[in-house]
Amino acid sequence: MLQGVLIYGFVNSVMLVLVAMGFNLTFGISGVANFAYGALYIMAGFTCWGLLNSLGLPYWLAAALSVAATALLAGLLFRFVLLRVRGLVISEVIATFGVGLAILELFRYFGFIGFEYTLPVWLDASFDVGETVVDAQRLLIVAVGALLTLFLWVFTRYTRTGRAFRGIAQDERTALTLGINADMVSAYAVAFGAGYAALAALVILPLGTIAVNEGYDVLVNALAVCIVGGLGSTVGVIVAGFLIGFAQVFTASYGETHWMMIVSLAALLIILLIKPSGLFGKQKELEERI
Amino acid sequence: MAKRLERLDRGIKVRSDDIFALNSWREMLYIIAPRVLPVLLLLVVGVWASTYWQRVIMQVCMIGLLAISWDLLAAVGMVSLGQALFFGIGAYIAGVLNHYLGMSPWLTIPLATVGGAAVCTFLLLPVLRLRGIYFSMVTLILPLMIERIIEATKVFGGTEGLSGIESLPQGMTELIAAMVVVWIALFSFTRMMNSDYGLILKGINDNDRAVMSAGLNIYYYKAQALFLSSGVAAFAGAFITHAYQFVGMPVFALDYSILPIAAAAVGGMGTLAGPLLGCFILVPMNELLRGLGGMRTVIYALLLVVFTVGLPEGIFHYIKRKYTQFERWVEVDS
Repeated sequence: MLQGVLIYGFVNSVMLVLVAMGFNLTFGISGVANFAYGALYIMAGFTCWGLLNSLGLPYWLAAALSVAATALLAGLLFRFVLLRVRGLVISEVIATFGVGLAILELFRYFGFIGFEYTLPVWLDASFDVGETVVDAQRLLIVAVGALLTLFLWVFTRYTRTGRAFRGIAQDERTALTLGINADMVSAYAVAFGAGYAALAALVILPLGTIAVNEGYDVLVNALAVCIVGGLGSTVGVIVAGFLIGFAQVFTASYGETHWMMIVSLAALLIILLIKPSGLFGKQKELEERI
Repeated sequence: MAKRLERLDRGIKVRSDDIFALNSWREMLYIIAPRVLPVLLLLVVGVWASTYWQRVIMQVCMIGLLAISWDLLAAVGMVSLGQALFFGIGAYIAGVLNHYLGMSPWLTIPLATVGGAAVCTFLLLPVLRLRGIYFSMVTLILPLMIERIIEATKVFGGTEGLSGIESLPQGMTELIAAMVVVWIALFSFTRMMNSDYGLILKGINDNDRAVMSAGLNIYYYKAQALFLSSGVAAFAGAFITHAYQFVGMPVFALDYSILPIAAAAVGGMGTLAGPLLGCFILVPMNELLRGLGGMRTVIYALLLVVFTVGLPEGIFHYIKRKYTQFERWVEVDS
């Protein structure tokens, strides 16, 4: 029992980290809290589903296209909506929230609800680890999570765009004087975050069905993990992901499944009471006015 | 020759929004008409409307209260994405008091207003220190979570909700009561925001550090604003509960969070009257588009985006400008 809980807790934690990483990336770099995040996640799932089942594309092509489409949409969202209200926090939040809501409710309206909306698993196999059965997809999630984290680390240190990301994250105006186009890089950052959301969707969604309500849950989870970890801090996201992930699985195993989502809220409230800037959020302390 | 639009305040407006120099009955009318006419107009429309539309007007008033309460909070720098929290808590308090204790609506509604405000203020007390999106995130999450808690614990009727709640006196009494409360809330809050007290609240939004350095405890003021705002929203929740004779999980639904924000975005934020105006546009539209079902939320959401990005000042600011200012084209030296 305990072994199973530990393994599934680990997988759940990686899932949370995966889900939160894109949101955190976008916020940390461009300062845009992308409340359309959950909607983009679900949209990637449905896009892939549509490409697979309606157009009959091979899986790898459908997956690549859906990631690209999601990133592109987020980039356009930044260019045509967010750029006009840049810096007005309230308007940014309301605009992204509105877009996200529109996307999700549009899917609901057109009847994208049901058990037929599933994505295929990559490997249909399962392994016995001790006395616990773990399917290949969950192992894949862990692998993808590790890969994406590693990629992010390498990307922000050894590529030109990645370093521009860090540049505008530290100080947008100084970055501007060094010839970094802050608006362009912010657009990339939003698109990049959405791309991460899409990748997370592609590996996580095969575990269940693509449900519209999942979009809200994803947003809530991402917010919880990011706030607990400290907005804009990658280490924070990983630590908080593991904290909340294990807490959720422990609650589900030894308590009731219903309480799983409530764990996120509890974690959120506790962290806001004790250290509102999050476990690792140092540089943003001033803005949060703690 | 290049031209620009010059705007001048009308002479009647002396210094600020609430000081006027009145010289004639005509000027008196100029001040009073925009305040009295809507009240009378709504009353006349309410009396003449069919029973169905009377219900809609009642609903407009309640959503209007929600929007006013949202705008009040936003004016203090607390942008709530979860007005449904206040609404739902008020609704549940009224429902529970009536269902289990059998109290009459005349008792449950005031109790729910004050109690709901106290509960919400207490719930959000720890996050008052947060600003901007941090506050928004918490308010977005709370109603979703409460929905889950009710679902998980099956408390207060669980997913079924509580039905058979005592109704208010049907027809005119209900409608007039709703109207009276809306106008009281609108005018008293507008007055409050123009007073010195309101200045402090606005100051917290503009520059909280400056208010702090004036020796004022901003958290104390924020808590007061939260109490007032959540009280108004809780009243709306309690009223709706008795009007529909039902309370259940839908009171925490996203609709009640998104409608006030959409109304504020359409009507014009920061004016209190603007969001109410927005409700008078959106809620009847909501009724007319009933056939579209879930599409309505999409329309709201898009309206929200279009107005926030394209017309950030909203309708009310536009009307107000036209009413209080001359506009003329003047030539500029190029």
